[in-house]
Amino acid sequence: MIGSVLAAWLPPLLSFAGLTLALEIGLWLSDIPSYLMPRPSEVFIALHVHGADLTRGILRTTLAASAGLSASAILGVVAAIALSSNDWMRRAFYPYAVFFQTVPIIAIAPLLVIWFGYGLKTIIAVSFIVSVFPIVANTLSGLLSTDPALRDLFRLHQAGTLTTLVKLRIPAALPQFLTGLRIASGLAVIGAIVGEFVADDYKDGGGIGTVVMVSIKEFKIDKVFAAVLMASLLGLVFFALVNLIGRFTMRRWHIAETRE
Amino acid sequence: MHPSASVGLEPLRQPPGTVQGTGGVAVSLLGLGRDLARTRVLDDLDLHIPAGQFLALLGPSGCGKTTLLRLIAGLDGPDRGAINLDGDGRAKAYVFQDACLLPWRRVLDNVALPLELSGVPKAKRHAIARQLIATVGLGEAVDRFPDELSGGMKMRVSLARALITQPRLLLLDEPFAALDEFTRQYLDDHLQALFLEHGMTVVFVTHSIAEAVFLADRVIMLTPRTGGIVLDHWVDLPRPRDRGTRVSAAYLAHIQRLAEALTSGVVAA
Repeated sequence: MIGSVLAAWLPPLLSFAGLTLALEIGLWLSDIPSYLMPRPSEVFIALHVHGADLTRGILRTTLAASAGLSASAILGVVAAIALSSNDWMRRAFYPYAVFFQTVPIIAIAPLLVIWFGYGLKTIIAVSFIVSVFPIVANTLSGLLSTDPALRDLFRLHQAGTLTTLVKLRIPAALPQFLTGLRIASGLAVIGAIVGEFVADDYKDGGGIGTVVMVSIKEFKIDKVFAAVLMASLLGLVFFALVNLIGRFTMRRWHIAETRE
Repeated sequence: MHPSASVGLEPLRQPPGTVQGTGGVAVSLLGLGRDLARTRVLDDLDLHIPAGQFLALLGPSGCGKTTLLRLIAGLDGPDRGAINLDGDGRAKAYVFQDACLLPWRRVLDNVALPLELSGVPKAKRHAIARQLIATVGLGEAVDRFPDELSGGMKMRVSLARALITQPRLLLLDEPFAALDEFTRQYLDDHLQALFLEHGMTVVFVTHSIAEAVFLADRVIMLTPRTGGIVLDHWVDLPRPRDRGTRVSAAYLAHIQRLAEALTSGVVAA
């Protein structure tokens, strides 16, 4: 047991320690000034010095990304169910779902500011727009790829459309939904940070994206790196949580699906 | 995750008699035709299956066996001709090529599914399912998930699910084709026992001549293309058929007769 935990965690920890050390020595030997590229030790010091600031920021970003991801999960599934209900619906409305994927969010974020104003609402909206498509697309493909034999079975026993949806198609689409959620989890964090770049109201110092912007303007490059590190960690935590949810709900079936 | 040997292949148990025999329904096919992708898969097929007959549909892949079975089940509609079932057309069950279990449901809820879909209360359908699962020798596996079962066990769950509605017409589409010979013979024995107990009409699609002869009262062989009947062969071996049957001269003679017909049928096409 301990051996397997070690086997899972030791390699990434070792590689992280090794790369950090290499970077530290490399930067120390070179003449790159730390206002362009701070050494890892300086970033760790910045993490410590600006700890309170960074924690407050990351918590606000966590809030926005969680809200955005939740909205994506709920509305994305509702949209996928609606789109899967018939061919006409799908042909008529699926292009809009694709539009959400291809729209350059940076370009329309200022528009969202005009609509929703500065603040959390707009940041959540950006996080939602960026993360909803993978959930719609994956859930939809799951809903449409139900085993034909199982659909025949339900048909043979005179199951209605709603019964088939609830008892067969939705549970059968769970693995694809979780795949979508996994992709969306990272995007929701990125979306929240982009939202903060454009639409933060700077309340309580703003989110981690705002910390990055402000630190750049203040030329505190070590703090920028510390904030980016925190933001990456947040994305990682989101991804790990979704994986955990997936593994928990799917532990009984499609076991291979949850391995990552 | 590996199924334990204890619920592997148990000896057949005497069914407790809760699922009573209801007899079979007769099936008549009149000038039946079906086109798929602009090809005539079935054409002008006439066949009468008397109530309570065990019929095997034999033929190479792509001869329209599955199409015919789906038409009888009502899962597909004919382009020409008609299918008549005497009596309650809803009392039919279908066993698919693979077990087709819902992976998120325990064995118990998989078997109870048809009753659940027709609105039988939970306590009642669970009680019926438990008894049926015991008769297929899976009593200890009721609370397992399909992922934790072997291929043969899954197929038995699938069989139990088909029987739970007390079907008067049981349709099976190469149900044991993916299993090893040992498990397949065991399930053939089992299927025969269920047939003798319930007396339902059975249509069994297979590409194995030996399996068809062992199980069926009558073997229908279809032509490779534009499924028509090449051979209508009656198997008069006494029941119950057992290990002795498999080595008897009469059994082997039937197999030889069908093998010859299959060869000439392929040549003719």
